[in-house]
Amino acid sequence: MRLPVQLRPVLFIVVLLVFWQIAVSSHPGQLLPGPWGVVLGIADLIRHGLLLKYVVASLFRVTWGFALAAILAIPLGLTLGWYRRGEMAFYPLLQIFRPISPLAWIPIAILWFGVGDLAAIFLIFVGCFFPLLLTAMSAVHNIPTVYINAGRNFGLSTADFVSRVLYPAVGPQLIVGMRITLGIAWLVVVAAEMIAVNSGLGFLIIDARNAGNRYDLVVAGMVIIGTIGLLLDFGMRSLERVKSFRWGYSED
Amino acid sequence: MNSLTKPRTWEKLFWPFVTAALLLALWHYSVLWTGTKVFPSPLSVKRGLVELIHKNVLWRDIGDSLRRVALGFGMAVIIGIPLGLTLGWYPAANQVVNPVLQILRPISPIAWIPVAIVFFGIGDLPAIFLVFLSAFFPIVVACVSGVSSVPSIFRRAGRNFGLSPLQLLARVVFPAALPQILIGLRIALGIAWLVVVAGEMIAVDSGLGYLVIDSRNSGKRYDLVVAAMLVIGVMGLALDIIFRRLEKIPSIRWGFRDAS
Amino acid sequence: MSLTEVVIASRPVEGKLRAEHLGMVFERDGTSMSVLEDITLDVADGEFICLVGPSGCGKSTLLNALAGFVAPTSGTVTVDGEVVAGPDPRRILVFQERGVFPWLTVEGNIGFGLSEMSRTERKKRIAHYVQMVRLQGFENSYPSDLSGGMKQRLQVARALAVNPDILYLDEPFGALDSITRVIMRGELLRIWQTERRTIFFVTHDIDEAVQLADRVVVLSSRPARVQDVLSIDIPHPRNISSPRYLQLRDDLLKQIGLAYTP
Repeated sequence: MRLPVQLRPVLFIVVLLVFWQIAVSSHPGQLLPGPWGVVLGIADLIRHGLLLKYVVASLFRVTWGFALAAILAIPLGLTLGWYRRGEMAFYPLLQIFRPISPLAWIPIAILWFGVGDLAAIFLIFVGCFFPLLLTAMSAVHNIPTVYINAGRNFGLSTADFVSRVLYPAVGPQLIVGMRITLGIAWLVVVAAEMIAVNSGLGFLIIDARNAGNRYDLVVAGMVIIGTIGLLLDFGMRSLERVKSFRWGYSED
Repeated sequence: MNSLTKPRTWEKLFWPFVTAALLLALWHYSVLWTGTKVFPSPLSVKRGLVELIHKNVLWRDIGDSLRRVALGFGMAVIIGIPLGLTLGWYPAANQVVNPVLQILRPISPIAWIPVAIVFFGIGDLPAIFLVFLSAFFPIVVACVSGVSSVPSIFRRAGRNFGLSPLQLLARVVFPAALPQILIGLRIALGIAWLVVVAGEMIAVDSGLGYLVIDSRNSGKRYDLVVAAMLVIGVMGLALDIIFRRLEKIPSIRWGFRDAS
Repeated sequence: MSLTEVVIASRPVEGKLRAEHLGMVFERDGTSMSVLEDITLDVADGEFICLVGPSGCGKSTLLNALAGFVAPTSGTVTVDGEVVAGPDPRRILVFQERGVFPWLTVEGNIGFGLSEMSRTERKKRIAHYVQMVRLQGFENSYPSDLSGGMKQRLQVARALAVNPDILYLDEPFGALDSITRVIMRGELLRIWQTERRTIFFVTHDIDEAVQLADRVVVLSSRPARVQDVLSIDIPHPRNISSPRYLQLRDDLLKQIGLAYTP
């Protein structure tokens, strides 16, 4: 089939959607919606003003949790990466804390912050802190020694060295790590909202099911979650393309 | 800068030990000073851990979580690796399928729970499905990326020796891509471990995740909560270490030699 | 044997590898670029041919076309009268670097093309070539444990193990330091004199060409044409201080000097 290259994935998606619709229509009375049902569900949410409200709530929590984690974890990670002994000191602890799912922190989050926004933000903070810390540490390790030596050779003060050599050198890797961690944050916020709060897209999914088996809204919620997650990812990728960071990819 | 003096080997154990001891002390005294009734002290966590072992609860929960990870991860490997290899081998196919994968990937596996419950009911299966979903995408991505970054020189050499496309895939492309595939597997396993715990908090009533949630719900046993969290951390670390061992095998180690 | 007898005895049979009016045009972003133009070559069985030319003139492209990795846009390549339609184990290409498979040991690499053989046969063949390229003791080592020169020797062993008719070498010593390069040249000659194959050797190093080749083909700069073919009529081992050597070297340099269009 001589189809223009850009259209082929679109065609593939259309085919999948058709299959989905057929599968749903040929099983009347089952719970899950077809693509059209999802569209109607989204329209429903917009009509009730819920869509915007929930999206904003989720984004709000992600922004705060991610920002707090970044502000704390990145400088700390860079410092630990630089000072060998610091890293040695914290490494085993980090390796034990890292595999603990942010959701496992829920009881502690609720204990400290109660049920609500703060708990959700805390969970996102926890979910982002360790990946960002480790990324920053790794970024410092990967600075080519030649840059460090050049900086020292030119007699830079510590502050100068940090701003003129260290930060630009770790920039590309940090941005990539931040993009990946933002993706994690988005996953965590949805999960956190399903358990610990009363608004947001995650809550929408759980609530739509619990209060009446509205699976059209459930799947609509999933679609919206996927779309926003994708947009966040694209946003970060375009940040990566900013000229002053591009050098980090010239080795490709 | 003290980063310049090379740390001696005894320091490798000394510093973490000192830090851990300091943090434990900090923990212990904060609990004492704030007089909190609920948040556990290190000692009560240790006692809680012993209690869990004695009641046989801990091993059973660890077993349940591991089982779900094994099944879900195993399925993701069985389906994901051939798919990833194919997509990496045929860029045209990848171009068609990749957008679908990119759209599905940002949907938190946890968000799939209601749908999973519709399909699989409550119990083990939705949790296994969740693990499968969360491991599937990183594995496929790693395979595609591994295959497409195999230097063309290897493929040419393989063709030169008269290999058919299938033989080329099996004897040249796959071994060449294996280091990267293994990294993807290790990352996917880490994600799987996170997700299984999360899934157990919602959809099933056994396993380490359930232990965390249940300890709180039935009696505010925060000592057990923290004990369970520590077990989760240690288990996750153990899984990661096992995989890193695999990366040291000679026929794979070559892929990690150059510090990129 | 007298000198003439040696010379006559080593005169090879004609027509092993033949390129006729070979042309290569590349399309990129709408513009077409002619890299090779009307190349006609005739290589005899057992001959050692060197291909020299300025950087970027298309030597590697020509080599790839001869080996069957790319199809020429015009003209044909034939080996023993048969048209070359793709890569073939009868014509093995040795790359400049990174050609060995890093996940296989030395034995694994050499035995790579020998999967059709019986185990005993394969072991024998592998041992033979380990000996030939002097990698004894390293049979179970991985390429990451070998030096650059050793890796290239491994590539040659792997290539020879499948008993090819023609060996193509694409600047195989280019990535090595100059001392190793000299040693490797000697090794290659020794191997060639033991197991006589047709060798087609691409290099930009004039000395290398005069030291190794029976005949040297000079390519012009892009679009590459066969500028000249020099016969090196000095018997091996060649004295690099002899007047004849220096004269041939001079001739070649002049040719290359002409090959750079101002």
